[in-house]
Amino acid sequence: MHDRVAIIGVGWSGFRPVTPELSYKELIYEAAVKAYADANLDPRKDIESFVTVAEDFYEGTSIFDEYTPDQLGAVLKPVHTIGGDGLHGLATACMLILTGQFSVVAVEGHSKASNVKTLPQVIGYAQDPILNRPLRFNNHFIPGLDMNRYLFDTGTSLEQCASVIVKNRRNALVNPSAPYGADLTLEDVLSGEPTAWPLNSHQIAHHADGAIVIVLASADRVHSFTDKPVWVTGVGWCNDSPALENREWGEAIYAREAARMAFRQAGMLNPGRAIDFVEVDDVYGYKELQSLEAMGFFRRGEAGKATEEGFTHPDGELPVNVSGGSQGFGDLLDANGLARALEVVLQLRGEAGPRQLESVSTGLAQSWRGVPSASGAVVIMSGE
Amino acid sequence: MRKVAVVGAGMTKFVRRALETGKELSWQAARMALESCELTIDDIDAVCLGTAPDSFDGVHMNGEYLSDGSGAWRKPFMRSYVGGGTGVFVPIQGWYHVASGLFDIVLVVAEEKMSSYYPHAQAAFLTIFDHTTERPLKPNLLWIFALEMNRYMQTYGITKAEIAHVAVKNKRNAADHPCALLGDPNLTVEDVLNSEVLAWPVNRLDVSPVSDGAVAVVLAVEHVATRITDKPVWIEGVGWNLDTAHWTNRDLAYPRYVEFAARMAYEMAGIKEPRREIHIVEPYDPFDYKELHHLEGLLLADRGKAPQMVVDGVTQRDGDLPVCPSGGLLGVGNPIAAAGLMKIAEIFWQLRGEAGARQVPGQPKRGLAQAWGDLMQVGTVVIMGR
Repeated sequence: MHDRVAIIGVGWSGFRPVTPELSYKELIYEAAVKAYADANLDPRKDIESFVTVAEDFYEGTSIFDEYTPDQLGAVLKPVHTIGGDGLHGLATACMLILTGQFSVVAVEGHSKASNVKTLPQVIGYAQDPILNRPLRFNNHFIPGLDMNRYLFDTGTSLEQCASVIVKNRRNALVNPSAPYGADLTLEDVLSGEPTAWPLNSHQIAHHADGAIVIVLASADRVHSFTDKPVWVTGVGWCNDSPALENREWGEAIYAREAARMAFRQAGMLNPGRAIDFVEVDDVYGYKELQSLEAMGFFRRGEAGKATEEGFTHPDGELPVNVSGGSQGFGDLLDANGLARALEVVLQLRGEAGPRQLESVSTGLAQSWRGVPSASGAVVIMSGE
Repeated sequence: MRKVAVVGAGMTKFVRRALETGKELSWQAARMALESCELTIDDIDAVCLGTAPDSFDGVHMNGEYLSDGSGAWRKPFMRSYVGGGTGVFVPIQGWYHVASGLFDIVLVVAEEKMSSYYPHAQAAFLTIFDHTTERPLKPNLLWIFALEMNRYMQTYGITKAEIAHVAVKNKRNAADHPCALLGDPNLTVEDVLNSEVLAWPVNRLDVSPVSDGAVAVVLAVEHVATRITDKPVWIEGVGWNLDTAHWTNRDLAYPRYVEFAARMAYEMAGIKEPRREIHIVEPYDPFDYKELHHLEGLLLADRGKAPQMVVDGVTQRDGDLPVCPSGGLLGVGNPIAAAGLMKIAEIFWQLRGEAGARQVPGQPKRGLAQAWGDLMQVGTVVIMGR
């Protein structure tokens, strides 16, 4: 059995609001070629297994795993698809390597959201067909309810939620891969068109297209490919109740449980101290605060205040979503988690360019599967 | 490497149109699997789910929807899929969950509810084809498998009557399976040949039925498995392999992806001579010719020679190499992902000597289950032994 797993290569394509000149296969191919060059390997010779993440309805193709191998150089290899977030895929790759049967595994996730003409209706098909769908909920109504409960329980203010958006979209201005950078004021965010109160249109991430490929290897093989490995020290994932009727509204229990699992593996007793920066779910602005509190980085109701005070800014004590998060790089559907993991890798390698954080050695990426799920995953990475 | 065992199994009846929702079917199978090894859901560290396309149920992110029914409330949960190969892939997913060292006991559930697609699930398959080059031709699964069956027959000079022996054997075997949808102890080769032609050379009785159902198994790591049961069934080898999406460029006479998956599993299990070392086989048989095709891909028969084995009775329950003693998909039914996991459950019961009227004589020691799917593209193989 292998005992440690490291990320040895990353590649990405995008992220952009529309990519009319590229098919999803071409997006993936571009990301894969970059990742393989980064890891200095030949996929046909060196990579032993491939994991992809995808959902049929987003792709408009049933059993979409059919169309995954060619553009990855994965034909006639052990390839499988996880119906999950990219971080679920990353956790799967780690498990494959930890069994000892595989030494080098690649993970792929992508979004071609711009291809989906009826994305809100497609997402609506995720609601319980018997109990919920007849009620014809708007998709944003569900996080709207959740946000309302979160504000009520924790005393977080609308301004504090808006400060997340201001921070993340400003962060995105110095991320060349993020299309939604903007210099907004609190008033700009608060004056957005109401969507599902207390949510407004400026607190919902816009979709983007892109693809990310990450290559992982077991400890004994790492140094034949790279001299700057990023070690995966903990992975965790969890599903809370999928039923709207009996979940714990206002709390991200999936994030809490996933983080606990990952902290346990990483042997972290005081994650707040051990982790230098985090990339968390912010598809809806308030989710950043809710997820940070669920994972234990702040007590309940304190993340909003900390954000207002600059604690989570790039030069703060705990930088959060330096990449710009989904507010900045776009909602990449199930590739969101891999985009966050990508940022952690770049920061730990010191390759984040103008947004590079100083002296960081450990980072965390967390992701949520989107409306109406209560499921997500966490990955902890370390440069040492 | 950590050894992983199957310690419990449960399955619902396979039926044409279940009144239960997919969640309820999953729950029934999961509960039976847990009861079979006297565990409760609190003992389960993680849950793996297999279900094939979302379009059957018409539910986007169907894995999330089914998660609580599968027992995953506040637990690590993941859904994997490789099309029709999912049923034998999901125990592989459970295997790597345990073998990685992250979990000790994992519940593996496979569910399929095809009847929600009204009037017939066949139409859902239109959406598996390439949206630009193939969908405009309105292909249908029966047609592409008719192509493959025809190619197989032409390459090796095989007759429809030889292939029909598989349907007869499996549907007769299924008459002894309490969960089966299409068991028939009196079926003959003539019945198969005289059934309605769907897409030549495929007749109605050459095909497995559209079904609803769920199956679950419990996997445990060695030191836990031996405390749970006196008769753990070990997962000795796993393999899976995905070929290109360009199926039209493939030689349909031989499934090389099945061979690659089988070689991976044989190597892991340390099997040098599969024909001597495998005692029971549950190859994937959604069509009767597929069982033969897969026996060849699994290297258990020479190319083009599997039909003769069936005609000679070698693959009967009391033959030298019992094949699909459960009744297979042709007899028990084909709720896609659940049908694959049914094969794992069958090997589990056979190796423990708990298969009742279906029991293969001679105390078999090692069995192999295999599934196949996507665009005639993926092979998944699990080898189990006691």
